[in-house]
Amino acid sequence: MTELLRFATAGSVDDGKSTLIGRLLFDSKQIFEDQWDSVERVSRERGEGYTNLALLTDGLRAEREQGITIDVAYRYFATPRRKFIIADTPGHVQYTRNMVTGASTADLALILVDARHGIQEQSRRHAILTTMLRVPHVVLCVNKMDLVDYSQDVFESIKSEFQNFAAKLEVGDLSFVPISALNGDNVVTRSENMPWYEGSSLLHLLEDVHIASDRNLIDSRFPVQYVIRPMSDDYHDYRGFAGTVAGGIFKVGDEVVVLPSGLTTKISSIDSMDGPVDEAFPPMSVTIRLEDEIDTSRGSMICRPKNQPQVGQDIEAMICWMSEVKPLGAGDRFTIKHTTQTARAIVKDVSYQLDVNSLHRNEGVGKLNLNELGRVTLRTTKPLFYDEYRRNRSTGSFILIDEGTNATVGAGMILGSP
Amino acid sequence: MSYTLTHLRAIEAEAIHIMREVAAEFERPCLLFSGGKDSIVMLHVAAKAFYPAKLPFTLMHVDTGHNFQEVLDYRDRRVAELDARLVVASVQASIDSGRVVEDKRPGATRNRLQTTTLLDAIEEHRFDAVFGGARRDEEKARAKERVYSFRDEFGQWDPKNQRPELWSLYNGRHKAGEHIRIFPLSNWTELDIWQYIKDEEIPLPAIYFAHTRPVFRQHGLIMAVHEVCPAPPGAEVFDMKVRYRTVGDASCTAAVESDADTVDKVIVEVAATRITERGATRVDDKFSEAAMEDRKREGYF
Repeated sequence: MTELLRFATAGSVDDGKSTLIGRLLFDSKQIFEDQWDSVERVSRERGEGYTNLALLTDGLRAEREQGITIDVAYRYFATPRRKFIIADTPGHVQYTRNMVTGASTADLALILVDARHGIQEQSRRHAILTTMLRVPHVVLCVNKMDLVDYSQDVFESIKSEFQNFAAKLEVGDLSFVPISALNGDNVVTRSENMPWYEGSSLLHLLEDVHIASDRNLIDSRFPVQYVIRPMSDDYHDYRGFAGTVAGGIFKVGDEVVVLPSGLTTKISSIDSMDGPVDEAFPPMSVTIRLEDEIDTSRGSMICRPKNQPQVGQDIEAMICWMSEVKPLGAGDRFTIKHTTQTARAIVKDVSYQLDVNSLHRNEGVGKLNLNELGRVTLRTTKPLFYDEYRRNRSTGSFILIDEGTNATVGAGMILGSP
Repeated sequence: MSYTLTHLRAIEAEAIHIMREVAAEFERPCLLFSGGKDSIVMLHVAAKAFYPAKLPFTLMHVDTGHNFQEVLDYRDRRVAELDARLVVASVQASIDSGRVVEDKRPGATRNRLQTTTLLDAIEEHRFDAVFGGARRDEEKARAKERVYSFRDEFGQWDPKNQRPELWSLYNGRHKAGEHIRIFPLSNWTELDIWQYIKDEEIPLPAIYFAHTRPVFRQHGLIMAVHEVCPAPPGAEVFDMKVRYRTVGDASCTAAVESDADTVDKVIVEVAATRITERGATRVDDKFSEAAMEDRKREGYF
């Protein structure tokens, strides 16, 4: 059975990120000859001394013309054990916004540092954003080991510096791999140049990292997405509640409560076109039928009577602000999308802006600018059924939408009630 | 029980989630269905998403008039099985009414003309969400496109002004006249498509499997002799065992030499192949580095 692993890469072109991705794709035979020929030809035409692997990922005309990466790019490769989705986030333009986007769905984050330069401000920022987004696994790749004579001392010193820094963060699982993306050392296979390194190659680590326990299988949450009513002769009275399991395990016969009504009933069946299933768990998309007819529609939440999410209109959250047009401040109003609910929200307070380089809290600034993160109090027009983001990345996250432009302007991670 | 999904079940669940989200939030969605394998898989997933109800949206085929008959037959059979509503938007009608001018030079295709026909149909039927089967592994510009891809009132895609897409929270807000293209198979690869076809036992038009037909070579590609794509004077026509990796307009889709006459053999072939799907088969992407990006900006699928 092949599992899916989503990972985000962070680092700038100078750290060799594109080369590393190119190497992973090339060595796992995911770069095709016509892509390779085209990259070689363009590199040659531009007079570059080596085959520029960044050209494989930079897809837009403006990117190629300006030699920059604009947007998150998604790349794919597979081994017999896992299929990988890489969210490749650029190092410079719109940095925080892209990194937050890529990390929001990632099981693992790969942070690159240059062995010659060690931990930079940018590496610390990557680590802070990654842990804020609750990416469960972090791998620090110390790249360009060939340029420091494959020195164990260099690697160990970078490792311990990062460990000291990471102790202040809530990192779930942290690994270190010394590599040379250019030469392929420790990327796919263990390198003979670093016999002192006893860990796995990067690819082996990606194939092996245990992700099954990362989901919340305790707190049962099923946000109702859509009501299936066939209204046909065969399924005359059929009423199924379609959705994606956001947490916990649902079984046929389970006693459940439906919010906001708070009424209890039992699960009579869990349906899919492949036939009924006994149990549903994240991230399955299923259709749940209930024994009793109780008011249930899009935005309702099905959960267990003794384990319910928080219900409230006043919410504290960390928000990453993404609008290029205007800052976020008290009194601003937005559309908020949380699970399958859509409501309106007003900003009551911006209590501090977080410096993503130092974790310092700048209190009293009263607003958040583009690519800044901060703690915000919101009030919504109707109650949300939520968990803390640290407990559940699905029921703890939301986006803010500008009501004038319809742009997505904020990403929120719920801390709790004020 | 380990409570884990295989990668195919995980990407299927993601696609179902996206489709239900669209059905819940949009007024008039439609699903582009050409009879090509990606749209066949997309339609299969859609049927699963709303089972046991019928599809809550219309199907649309942008018909260039340059078709493979077995693909059209497949399309009509599938529409009948699902008891779905199909709208056929005709490029020929766009040409006849003077909306577009056909390039009659040898080697010209109707591919680019489809954009006008598609946008006219979206406007006529007031579709506000249009499902497409595009995958991000197909092409570099697509690798950066969102699952919900916003289009302005001219149907244009602005790659530098895309909405950030976080978690599985999709922003489908738009004003009257604007619409959103929806790509539920964004995270699928060509190999995933074939493995899914095998797992789900999805029937396909026969031209996806190896068969012998008269062909000729053009610009390094293998083109089938077809009424809209005759061999140019002097070209050598010969029989070859081929199959199609993609099926588009008959005048711009090339075949590949192949012995793969079953799904299993195709999977082996796809896993071992060293040329991208579009690189091997699409005449229209050979023009420039940014051919796809330019077409997408204008409103292409």
